[in-house]
Amino acid sequence: MKSKIRKIATFVEETQREMDREISPPTRRAAAVAVIENPCAGKYVEDLSELMAIGEELGELLTTRAVAALGISGPSAESYGKAAAVGENGELEHAAAILHPKLGTPVRRVLGKGAALIPSSKKRGGMGVVLDIPLGHKDAAFVRSHFDGMEVRLNDAPRANEIMVAIAVTDSGRPLPRVGGLTKDQIKGEDGLR
Amino acid sequence: MPEVIVRKKATCVEEIFHEGGPASDKPLRRAAALAVIRNPFAGSYVENIESFMDDLKPLGLEMARTLVDALGGDAKAIEGYGKGAIVGSSGELEHGALWHVPGGYAMREILGGAKAIVASTKKVGAPGTRLDVPITHINASYVRSHFDAMEVGINDAPRADELLLVLVMTTGPRIHARVGGLKASEIKGEDGLR
Repeated sequence: MKSKIRKIATFVEETQREMDREISPPTRRAAAVAVIENPCAGKYVEDLSELMAIGEELGELLTTRAVAALGISGPSAESYGKAAAVGENGELEHAAAILHPKLGTPVRRVLGKGAALIPSSKKRGGMGVVLDIPLGHKDAAFVRSHFDGMEVRLNDAPRANEIMVAIAVTDSGRPLPRVGGLTKDQIKGEDGLR
Repeated sequence: MPEVIVRKKATCVEEIFHEGGPASDKPLRRAAALAVIRNPFAGSYVENIESFMDDLKPLGLEMARTLVDALGGDAKAIEGYGKGAIVGSSGELEHGALWHVPGGYAMREILGGAKAIVASTKKVGAPGTRLDVPITHINASYVRSHFDAMEVGINDAPRADELLLVLVMTTGPRIHARVGGLKASEIKGEDGLR
């Protein structure tokens, strides 16, 4: 592997009730997080291709883990998102190098499709920093019921020379969606938007 | 007998390969199962609460099974455990103590009669409160390599009238354990301590 992984964590949330109403079936989402060494920490590195290659590798690994944590097939996933937190000796651009150039293709391969942009967030921070991973429908970004976010954190990451990389996948939208907009049964799935 | 009403469940699995030292052949895996339930005693002082411990037993068993599954499905692979609770702001610490018996009983049953007392912690806290759940060896509390802890929490729980209940299991010692003391290989297994 190109990535030097210190640890991998997976999180699964299942919401069964909201405001005393039963959610049936429950909404479920999972996040897989890898804590890796930042090969570019502590210095300015012009060429970030090493981090881009790591992103490609983690795209497959973390999506596979998240889908497995939900116990579903890749194509059954409904929404997704990605995020990274760079330790204090790194640069925000390192997160961009992991997340944007090459990570998406293997994510979409695992999920079968994924016409929509993968929503993302990034930050630099200390250990215990909170990552709010944005979520959107994987085939049509405008599906309003699936605009969401999932919070993850690890108390011991990222250390100064590390990067925390997260991918979240769901099998559903918000628990009680009722603010209108495009619904998932109206998806055309051609342009990734509607 | 109040009903156990679950709003949400969450699981978190960590797989730790190294922590700056040599990567282990057998990564340490730690898992936490969390359940957010309604606190039937929130908002007033209730003298007789003990019967709720029996009501919680099925939930405890289900969470213990979830943990064994999350760690590979073999109860024999489990070496450490712990438990904890966070009580929402309309409850009292004593409500968290209701989890001692059903949480501990469930893990011992699923693990086939583990001997050591289940390490535990509890507090009253707001949504997003983090809990450091202590972990010790399942058969001998003094095994030094297995003293550990796992930080858990859910950003939207516990609400004022909720309880957040936690069980934790691990598959081995700290990843670079090397501070001596009683070893797992030296356990007599008679008193749950050594």
